[in-house]
Amino acid sequence: MELGFSFWITLLFIAIMMGVLQGTCAYLILAERKISAWAQDRLGPNRVGPWGLLQPIADGIKFLLKEDIIPNHVDKLFYLLAPCITVGTALLAFAVVPFGPTTPPPVLVDYRQNPPQTAWPQTIEEEKAILDADHKHAEQTNDKTYEEKLKEYNDTIQFVIAPHVDIGIVFNFAIGSLAVYGVLLGGWSSNDKYSMLGGLRSSAQLISYEIPMGLSVLGVLAVTGSLNLETIIDYQVKHGWNVLYQPLAALLFITSVFAECNRLPFDLPEAEQELVGGYHTEYSAMKFALFFLGEYTHMITTSFLVAIMFFGGWQLLPGIAMPDGVGGAILKLIVFAIKMALFIIFFMLIRWTLPRFRFDQLMGLSWKVLLPLALVNVVCVIVIKQLHLSDWLLLPLSIATLFIVAGFALYMPQQRPRAPVRVAGHVASGLPAVLHDEAVID
Amino acid sequence: MPIAENEVKWVTVPKAGLLEQLYLPAIFQGLQTTVRHATKTLFGGGAVTQQFPEVEPKLPPNYRGVHRLNRDEQGRVKCVACYMCSTACPAHCIDIVAAPSPWPDREKYPETFVIDELRCIYCGMCEQACPVDAIELTTLYDLSGFSREALMFDKEKLLSVFDETVKAGTDPIRTRSGRLSVASELPADTGLTSSSSAQS
Repeated sequence: MELGFSFWITLLFIAIMMGVLQGTCAYLILAERKISAWAQDRLGPNRVGPWGLLQPIADGIKFLLKEDIIPNHVDKLFYLLAPCITVGTALLAFAVVPFGPTTPPPVLVDYRQNPPQTAWPQTIEEEKAILDADHKHAEQTNDKTYEEKLKEYNDTIQFVIAPHVDIGIVFNFAIGSLAVYGVLLGGWSSNDKYSMLGGLRSSAQLISYEIPMGLSVLGVLAVTGSLNLETIIDYQVKHGWNVLYQPLAALLFITSVFAECNRLPFDLPEAEQELVGGYHTEYSAMKFALFFLGEYTHMITTSFLVAIMFFGGWQLLPGIAMPDGVGGAILKLIVFAIKMALFIIFFMLIRWTLPRFRFDQLMGLSWKVLLPLALVNVVCVIVIKQLHLSDWLLLPLSIATLFIVAGFALYMPQQRPRAPVRVAGHVASGLPAVLHDEAVID
Repeated sequence: MPIAENEVKWVTVPKAGLLEQLYLPAIFQGLQTTVRHATKTLFGGGAVTQQFPEVEPKLPPNYRGVHRLNRDEQGRVKCVACYMCSTACPAHCIDIVAAPSPWPDREKYPETFVIDELRCIYCGMCEQACPVDAIELTTLYDLSGFSREALMFDKEKLLSVFDETVKAGTDPIRTRSGRLSVASELPADTGLTSSSSAQS
């Protein structure tokens, strides 16, 4: 297959990435402030333009025109690199995420085998043989060949920046996790305690929550049989949404997404009350804004991902056929955007509902609750698929797992962190506690 | 006094049920509260925000804002220049120069009376100290000026604040305006009110 490169199309995509995505981010910040205000019985920003709609533009101008301070004590290279990495990885991760109507890419099938199987040619000769068999099969059944299907796929407009990326979700996770480098570098190179603590917390948190996130998606991938996000949407359109089969996986995924996006109740890396600004304490002006943009781009990406993995992508409701053509495309685009917006609003409402976790609780939730639950979910899916049972069995299994684990937690002996017990004799009064070993009298 | 043993009530933490252990119903309840507040603010006009420059806040009459110097019923300054307020002032922002009173019912009156509004901490101790209810804090709060000197309020300025607040009907709650209190209403035959003793 040949890869076409068109200057104008590339430019268009860059415009979409930078313009639409960043614009959406700016307005998400306004939405965040408005929703915060409404949840607290306030009005929110309403001075700049009607209902404060020009506030993001004012904010943007402010960020651009503010004095750009680089403190003397920072490691300049990494200090400047950190916001770039945060935004860059966030934008890159969005590349494979569909944001509108898509069709699944054609699958190369090996007709030499009986029954035919999905082919993964390792050598050029093997690929040629498979393609020959494909041509022969196409002639016999009057079907299109793989090349024709591929051409048809490439000719339809796909609402993905990079269509036909077969490692889709893995690419997304891999690049998305690189964002932790931005946070970590920002925290470390700022060379002060608040930033350092924020960066450390963040790295521990992000790495911990990658695991249940990946595992919860694994069940979906095992059912779908593809990593390609367009194929995953197509599977759900044909078979019903994944959330109906695996509500537990959806729950785990959404919870992990909260942690991945540093959203409350998991916003320890930037807990204002404890760490001033967390890892971006030392950043000002546009560099600070870049961290924000990266964070909100990440939120958009993950909201799309939740919609794609579990809520049927651009499908309005499970079982409803969506029309084709231009009208259908617009409808799909709108449905998708509404789903994304709903998840983001959900994120923001949760922020004003749940208090922040303590750090050990945060780690405990990831390693002691989400990880075992995700593992059990994966095992359930594998058993169902191996025994060729109905996928609908997964629904009661998911719910049963949740209740069994909750019941198990009820009867587990509770271990709470305690203050360390000091075994000390008579300590001379007035001495600091640290000294008591040396200062024991009699 | 230590708490008696029989007054102590021991409470055990209720054990969570299976549904509570899921945490999801509680999260859902919390979301309900959040959404209720958000929708009430958004659609029901339940916001508590005051649109400040357009809508002036209605302050309680015991608010401690800009000072005023009260006038008596004859329009004279009530102050008897006793220095009680400037003595009580923890910020030392009141500067009074006393002079013999031109009126027969009191010994002294303030020739100048200057309050540094920037230095004042608005504690209200001056009005507590004042024996004749001459100085009071009003509900004026939006104080601004282009220089430090502009915010040194002299006697005329402070009296004009009185006129303004009386006209606006925003007298402080402490006001017994129009009547001098006991200290300035000593009977004339004690000899204390004559101008001769003030000069001594």
